[in-house]
Amino acid sequence: MNINALLMDEKDNVVTCVAAVSKGSQIVYQKGARVCTLTAEDDIPYCHKAALEDLPQGAQVRKYGEMIGQTSLPIAKGHWVSHENIFSVPRNYDSEFIGRVHGAGKTDKNRHQACL
Amino acid sequence: MQFWGYKRKEGRAGIRNHVLILPTCACGSESCRIVASQIRGAVNIVFNTGCSDVAANTEMSQKVLTGFACNPNVYGVIIIGLGCETVPHQKLKERIQKMTSKPVVSFGIQDEGGTLKTIEKAVRAARDMAAEAAMQPKELCDISELLLGIECGGSDATSGIASNPAVGELSDLLVDLGASTLMSESIEWIGGEHVLAKRAATPGIHNQIIQICKDYEDHLKAAGQDCRAGQPTPGNKAGGLSTLDEKSLGCIRKGGTRPIVEVLRQAERPTKSGAIVMDTAGYDISSVTSMVAGGCNAIIFTTGRGTPTGNAIVPVLKVTANAHTYQWMEDNMDVDLSAVITGEKTYQECGREMLTVINDICNGKLTKAEAYGFSDIAVDHVCRFV
Repeated sequence: MNINALLMDEKDNVVTCVAAVSKGSQIVYQKGARVCTLTAEDDIPYCHKAALEDLPQGAQVRKYGEMIGQTSLPIAKGHWVSHENIFSVPRNYDSEFIGRVHGAGKTDKNRHQACL
Repeated sequence: MQFWGYKRKEGRAGIRNHVLILPTCACGSESCRIVASQIRGAVNIVFNTGCSDVAANTEMSQKVLTGFACNPNVYGVIIIGLGCETVPHQKLKERIQKMTSKPVVSFGIQDEGGTLKTIEKAVRAARDMAAEAAMQPKELCDISELLLGIECGGSDATSGIASNPAVGELSDLLVDLGASTLMSESIEWIGGEHVLAKRAATPGIHNQIIQICKDYEDHLKAAGQDCRAGQPTPGNKAGGLSTLDEKSLGCIRKGGTRPIVEVLRQAERPTKSGAIVMDTAGYDISSVTSMVAGGCNAIIFTTGRGTPTGNAIVPVLKVTANAHTYQWMEDNMDVDLSAVITGEKTYQECGREMLTVINDICNGKLTKAEAYGFSDIAVDHVCRFV
C-alpha cells in the first residue's frame, strides 16, 4: 500500500493527507518504521487532515508535536479535521518569557509606534 | 562558495546593478514608471504613501525609501518628488546621501513645471547613470556578502511539511558558509513563537521574539481587531491550514535551525551575520518590501497555492512542493520541491540542491518574476492616512 498521509511527529493526533482520500478507503502513513492504516470516514481533500483517534469537543489537536488548536465539535477517528471543527486558542505569552532578563519583557511603545 | 557580484563602498555586495527610479510619494510614481520604461538598466517603484501621514507612518515610509536606495543591488538613484509631500525630494536625497556614497539625483514636478519637463530631465539623468553602471565590472565575492530574505506566501499544507523545511535546510547551509538569512512575518510566529524562541542565541533574544508576538496582538486588539480573523487566509484554509497556529508552526521551519543572533524592527538593516529575524506583517508583499529595505540582496519565496509576486530591486525565487501548483503555474514557479512530498527526496537533499540555484541567481540568472519585470511593494502602516 502506498503512503498517502504524513505524520509529522509521533505525539500528533492528526495526519496530513498528501493525496485526496475518498470516504471508506485507507489512509496509510508511517510512524517510525511501522506502516499504519486507518479508514477514512469522510472524503479528505489533498493537504487536509484526518483524526487518528476520537477527539471529544475541547480536545487539543496536535501536529508537529505541538497544539494547533482545539476541537469545537467532537471529531471521530478517521474524520476530516479542518477550520470548520477546530479553532486557535489565544496564547499565554506572559508564561513564555525567560526569567528576569534585564530590560526584556517590557512593552516598548516606541518600537510599536514605529513598526506596526 | 563565491559569486560574481558588484562590490559597494558601504555594506554588502550587490547581485544586480540597477538604476533605481524612486518616488518620494504616490504623486511621483507614474513619472518614475515612465522614466524607467525609457532606460535599459533602470527599475522603478510604485509608492502609495509619503504624504498626509502621521509621524509614525512617515518614519516607516522613510525607512523603506532610504532602505531601497541603500540596497546593495542598487547602483544609483534618481528621485522624483512632487514638492508639497511630507518629505520633499531634496530632503530625501540628503538623507540617502548621509547613508551611502552612491550617486543620487533628484527632481520635483512642481519645481520643473510639470511631468513632461521632469520626465525629460530624469530620463537624461537616468541614461547617464545607466551608462556608468554598465561600466562597473563584476568581482568575485564571498557568499558571506549574501543576505537572503526568506518568505512564504499563498501557503498550503505542503509549505510546512516540505518547502519550508527544505528552505530551512538551505538557510542552515548558507549560515554555516558565512552568509546571513532573514526570516520575517512575525504574525506567522504566533502559535509557534515558543518553538522559534528556542533558537534564540540569548535569553534577551528569546524574550524579544515572545514580546513581538504579544505586542502585535495587543496592537490589533487596540484597534478592535483580531489577527485570527485574517489568518489563516481563505486560500490557506482551502489548502488544509486550519488555524493560525498550524500555519505558524509550518512557517517558522523556513528559517532553519541555527541560533537567531539578531531581532530587527521592520525595514531595519542587520548589524550581525547569521540567522536573523525581522518583525513584519504576514502579508507577503509588505514583508518582502521590509526585507528589501533592510538590505536583502535576494529573496527565496515558498508557496503552495502559487503566486506571481516580484520585486524591482531583488530577484524573488519561487519554490513549491505542491506538484499541481508547479505544473499548473509553471510560468511563475522556479523550483519544484514536490519530490519531498512523494518521498523521492528528503527535504535535506532539496535544501542542498538549492544552494546551486541560489549561486546561479547571485551570478545573474533571472528568476521568473524578475524576467517579467514585476515590481510589487506594500508599505506597512500604523493607522489611517490623515
